[in-house]
Amino acid sequence: MKATCWMGKRDVRVERVPDPQILSPHDAIVRITSTAICGSDLHLYNGFVPTMERGDILGHEFMGEIVETGREVKTLKVGDRVVVPFPIACGHCLSCESQLYSVCENSNPNAAMAEGLWGYSPSGIFGYSHLTGGYAGGQAEYARVPYADVGPLKVPDGMTDEQALFLSDIFPTGYMGAELCGIKPGDTIAVWGCGPVGQFAIRSAFLLGAERVIAIDRFAYRLRMAEQAGAEPLDYEDVHSVLEALREMTGGRGPDACIDAVGMEAHGLGYALDRAKQAMMLETDRPIALREAIQSCRNGGTVSIIGVYGGFVDKFPIGSLMNRSLTIKAGQAHVQRYMKPLLNLIREGKIDPTFVITHTLSLDDAPRGYEMFLNKRDECMKVVLKT
Amino acid sequence: MTFTQNAARDRTAARESRRDQPQGGGALTPALGWFSLGLGLAQVAAPEAMTRLVGAGGGRREAQTMRAVGLREIATGIGILTQDRPAGWMWTRVGGDVMDLAILAGASSSRGARPERLAMAGAAVLGVLALDWLSARQESAAHDGHPAAREDGPVHARGAVTINRPREEVYRFWRQLDTLPRFMSHLEAVEPVDATRSRWRARGPMNTTYAWEAEITEDRPNERLAWRSLPGADVDNAGEVRFERATGGRGTVVRVDLRYTPPYGRAGMALAYLFGREPGAEMRDDLRALKQILETGEVTMSDAMLGRVRHPAQPDPRPVPHTSDHGRPV
Ligand SMILES: NC(=O)c1ccc[n+]([C@@H]2O[C@H](COP(=O)([O-])OP(=O)(O)OC[C@H]3O[C@@H](n4cnc5c(N)ncnc54)[C@H](O)[C@@H]3O)[C@@H](O)[C@H]2O)c1
Ligand SMILES: [Zn+2]
Ligand SMILES: [Zn+2]
Repeated sequence: MKATCWMGKRDVRVERVPDPQILSPHDAIVRITSTAICGSDLHLYNGFVPTMERGDILGHEFMGEIVETGREVKTLKVGDRVVVPFPIACGHCLSCESQLYSVCENSNPNAAMAEGLWGYSPSGIFGYSHLTGGYAGGQAEYARVPYADVGPLKVPDGMTDEQALFLSDIFPTGYMGAELCGIKPGDTIAVWGCGPVGQFAIRSAFLLGAERVIAIDRFAYRLRMAEQAGAEPLDYEDVHSVLEALREMTGGRGPDACIDAVGMEAHGLGYALDRAKQAMMLETDRPIALREAIQSCRNGGTVSIIGVYGGFVDKFPIGSLMNRSLTIKAGQAHVQRYMKPLLNLIREGKIDPTFVITHTLSLDDAPRGYEMFLNKRDECMKVVLKT
Repeated sequence: MTFTQNAARDRTAARESRRDQPQGGGALTPALGWFSLGLGLAQVAAPEAMTRLVGAGGGRREAQTMRAVGLREIATGIGILTQDRPAGWMWTRVGGDVMDLAILAGASSSRGARPERLAMAGAAVLGVLALDWLSARQESAAHDGHPAAREDGPVHARGAVTINRPREEVYRFWRQLDTLPRFMSHLEAVEPVDATRSRWRARGPMNTTYAWEAEITEDRPNERLAWRSLPGADVDNAGEVRFERATGGRGTVVRVDLRYTPPYGRAGMALAYLFGREPGAEMRDDLRALKQILETGEVTMSDAMLGRVRHPAQPDPRPVPHTSDHGRPV
């Protein structure tokens, strides 16, 4: 089959690789019809995630048709159309029983490696380094899906691929980011990052009852898309201090909750400073957005981190956090928890996830898709690849 | 057997067996791992600033060298933090320090070089070199305890895991004994002979096998099981497993304690292979597999774990036999 392979920093290629096989009785093989490139893939692309191997198949947002099932698979049969969540979860461990699927205790065969870096291991993830399992990803023609009874969700007839695809990641991720804020009527939510994840966080915040959402980024077209959802745009390059701007916009109190939908590769006013910090051997990730989110949040508010971080950061404002009674919540999305309810929101017409798609390419054009998405060329927001 | 975890385990084999103390090198090693990581990231992200910081002038060549050195530091840092056997990586650090000194010496002749700063940087590297040397020595010493090198005293391997199943079920699974090879990677077969005695066969390098008979010395259902090998064993060993109720009805805590007395010569070497890498790490992997089988019915596998040694996350080109009912491929 053809698959998008990571060949080194900023080098992905569509290569011929062997077809996947059933390895365990709970596996299924999916023939992929649509798949997407995620901001998380950019962290791999830019070489920020350790334990990548040349040749690793990328991709964790995909859907398609079941073409083979292992003998223990009960709920799926050949021909079913499914969308696959990016965290791999067994469904039976204590974490899975608590619906904390992205920290499943059984799905990372390289758990020992992750424990070395993080203390304990999160779940396995498709196409996302060997630290999270070394699973072949879904930017390919076929993929093997472990624990097929637990993850994949059947897509109802009449729903297009484009409507269902983002249930694999960015819609649940944005939704969880907003849900972690514990939004109450009248709340103002500030969202750092207006990429695809930020866009879904903004819309989810409104769905969950926020009265105002302030959207922060530097790309005009991304801010415009946020505005279309009803958010108030804040271009961080236009202001001296995001903290001051937010203070003013919220009448001196600060947003009730702040969502970091940027992660480890933040840009911004602190960028040069953080390079200097890195020069002093003090951090692996650039927590520019996170620092701002913490400083800007109102007393007693919540900071929700859904942007991905990999290692450690410097000048983490623990004093602000502690003295002002803030709450931090974070995580890779527990996608399985949100798929059904969000599918229903789509069916009821409460949201149409296709708004985020700006480019539809063939799988063969994946390298161009990565390059466009990274460099925000042609107002690129979300690239969907078709097989 | 195509199951690659075994291959991976066999691969690291004898070199890694540690004696008695579960951790060798001590607290210094992880700290140096973090140091490597941070330093490397700095050198890659801001090579110009770093070259200026150490006083090596601000040229392009110097920056390129700095970036290359940075990439080495990152690899080393992650290697130290994620590998089960940091000794090798620690020696990589020592080698890297020597390289840095050579580069700094070379830099003193380049344009814009600042001798005082270079001297300071050199002194700093010398200090780090001393720490690295110490830590690498400690790590290596910890590894020298493997049975081929040390022939006195028993080797201990301990581990614990919490399994989301009732105590009775976990105990029953273990008590069958012939179930043990499903999750203990070095075991090939355990055959119960009668109520207390059983025959064990384990894998060594190059398709060698080692056998012994064992007897159960204590059997408290749902609580504790202890066994030891009988005279004449290729490998003298004893073990116990305890089953405890986890708090709040959260399943069962399984605690295992294995001891084996390193025999001489051939068997001594074999033992090291049998128990694979550092016994504690091996034990944790085995217990993880036990948890996977009891909670999910299979041993979790990813593409990168199959077949060949360390390869990219791509499907295996050869047909892979389907798993047995036990979860492991047969
Ligand atoms: N938690 C999860 O489960 C999960 C799932 C998917 C993606 N993610 C993560 O979410 C993050 C965003 O993903 P995406 O697909 O939207 O990626 P993206 O790269 O398209 O979006 C990031 C946006 O952040 C903006 N940005 C950079 N620095 C900023 C700053 N200082 N302040 C405000 N905005 C800033 C960028 O301009 C960009 O528009 C990534 O870190 C990704 O890895 C997490
Ligand atoms: Zn993603
Ligand atoms: Zn699980």
